[in-house]
Amino acid sequence: MKKTRIVLSFPPSNVEEPITYRLIKDYDLVVNILRASIDPGKQGRMVVELSGEESQIALAFNYLEKLGVSIEPLSQEIQHLEKRCTGCTACVPICPTGALDVDRKSWKVSYDPEKCVVCLSCLDVCIYKAVEVNLA
Amino acid sequence: MVRTIDEINDKIRSGSVVVVTAEEIIGLAREKGVKKAAREVDVVTTGTFSPMCSSGAFLNIKQPKEKMKLGGGWITLNGVPAYAGLAAADVYIGATAIPDGDPRNNNGRPGKFRYGGAHVIEDLVSGKKVVLNAGAYGTDCYPRKSREQKIGLKDMNEALLFNPRNCYQNYNVAVNLSEKPIYTYMGLLKPKLGNANYCSAGQLSPLLNDPFYRTIGVGSRIFLSGAQGYVAWNGTQHNPEIPRSENGTPRKAAGTLALIGNLREMDPQWIKAVSYTGYGVSLSLAVGVPIPIIDEDMMKFVSVSDEELFAPVVDYSRFYPTGEGEALLGEVTYAQLKSGAIEVKGKRIPTGCFSSYSKAREVAGQLKSLIQSGEFLLSQPVAQLPGAKEGLL
Repeated sequence: MKKTRIVLSFPPSNVEEPITYRLIKDYDLVVNILRASIDPGKQGRMVVELSGEESQIALAFNYLEKLGVSIEPLSQEIQHLEKRCTGCTACVPICPTGALDVDRKSWKVSYDPEKCVVCLSCLDVCIYKAVEVNLA
Repeated sequence: MVRTIDEINDKIRSGSVVVVTAEEIIGLAREKGVKKAAREVDVVTTGTFSPMCSSGAFLNIKQPKEKMKLGGGWITLNGVPAYAGLAAADVYIGATAIPDGDPRNNNGRPGKFRYGGAHVIEDLVSGKKVVLNAGAYGTDCYPRKSREQKIGLKDMNEALLFNPRNCYQNYNVAVNLSEKPIYTYMGLLKPKLGNANYCSAGQLSPLLNDPFYRTIGVGSRIFLSGAQGYVAWNGTQHNPEIPRSENGTPRKAAGTLALIGNLREMDPQWIKAVSYTGYGVSLSLAVGVPIPIIDEDMMKFVSVSDEELFAPVVDYSRFYPTGEGEALLGEVTYAQLKSGAIEVKGKRIPTGCFSSYSKAREVAGQLKSLIQSGEFLLSQPVAQLPGAKEGLL
């Protein structure tokens, strides 16, 4: 089993191709869409996490490339700087996926990169600059 | 009267003082009862760590050989303007000051406000030097007209944090009823009641544990960002005339404190500059106030819990800025706020806070240790705050 986070950009002509369906059905992959921006007639962009057999992921990449879909590794990553974090919880209601969360006994804020969809909302609300966006 | 400040200080000196935090006392008072708890506990420590905008520092900068009168001239520290309308060498740097037209604060709306007066203060406390730029008109006794120099706390005769308004006794819960996101000093408020932000340590907050200012007054010694500071006066906008719960606590923002302390004695971990996107710069400070248990009533006051403390929910899209629209959207307890969600107008909305409860706990804990180890003695206030009920004075 392999897990990979990638950014797919596809030309307007392919926006109507059911890519997610094919990845699941033909390549037996678990597809977790982290972010997507798909408008008819425009270039589409999708941030996905793929899990499955390494060989199947390779075959899926071939399929995507044949369609003209460009594949890039997810190049941004949020970093939670625990030293700067005061545990104030201003980020907690803003984080849409619960990646930034607080333990309501210790009142320490924690960050789970597995849940993060790199929406960058936290950057604007952390007054202590305890979250940074890094190139992965 | 159970005990006096002098008696408490004798116990601190002899190492027999009993101190607990305002969080620990809640369970203890419930378990033992107020009477017994009042007999056994001498001091209860409170704590808060939160942005406190009305803060700043008086700096007296050592003169160069050829003297200069800053008074009536101008001065910037790392590009941030300070107030120079005092004598020759005294300036005041306010926490919220920002450089004129500084691109660091001007990268499109909403601004990021990456550097301001609070950052200058944090840099100085952290031992860093800042660039002083100053201009003056020059006089016979102070001929120098300009000065550019890197200075740190060592280049000053005095450096005092002096904050006209800190430690608000209770505060609004901010929400946004409008259709668009707004950037406020209570953070980003998402449209249509998308989130609710509050800012108080609740049951650990200093003035919520002495609601009628019976023990906290002018001259009270406090923990101020690692130093031993003092309550200098009531804070500006101090307003004791606020509707109160049966337990005496105000149901909206009420009392405030003006605080003073030696910047040189402060600990950089407890003095942090903050940048509010779309709003500005502020300074987070740690304040811990010891509450002497002078009688059973005081034990009743300090054993108040988040379930019994109420805060008003206020719309920051309309009512707060313009005074129009619905004044009060409801009242919630700090226990509800701390649960992670409250209900307003039938909608469940997630809560966030700007006051750090984990740091408030640490502050109350540090103050407790300082008292237990004999390093921190309580002081007898010399005057009461407006609205104070009979207490130490």
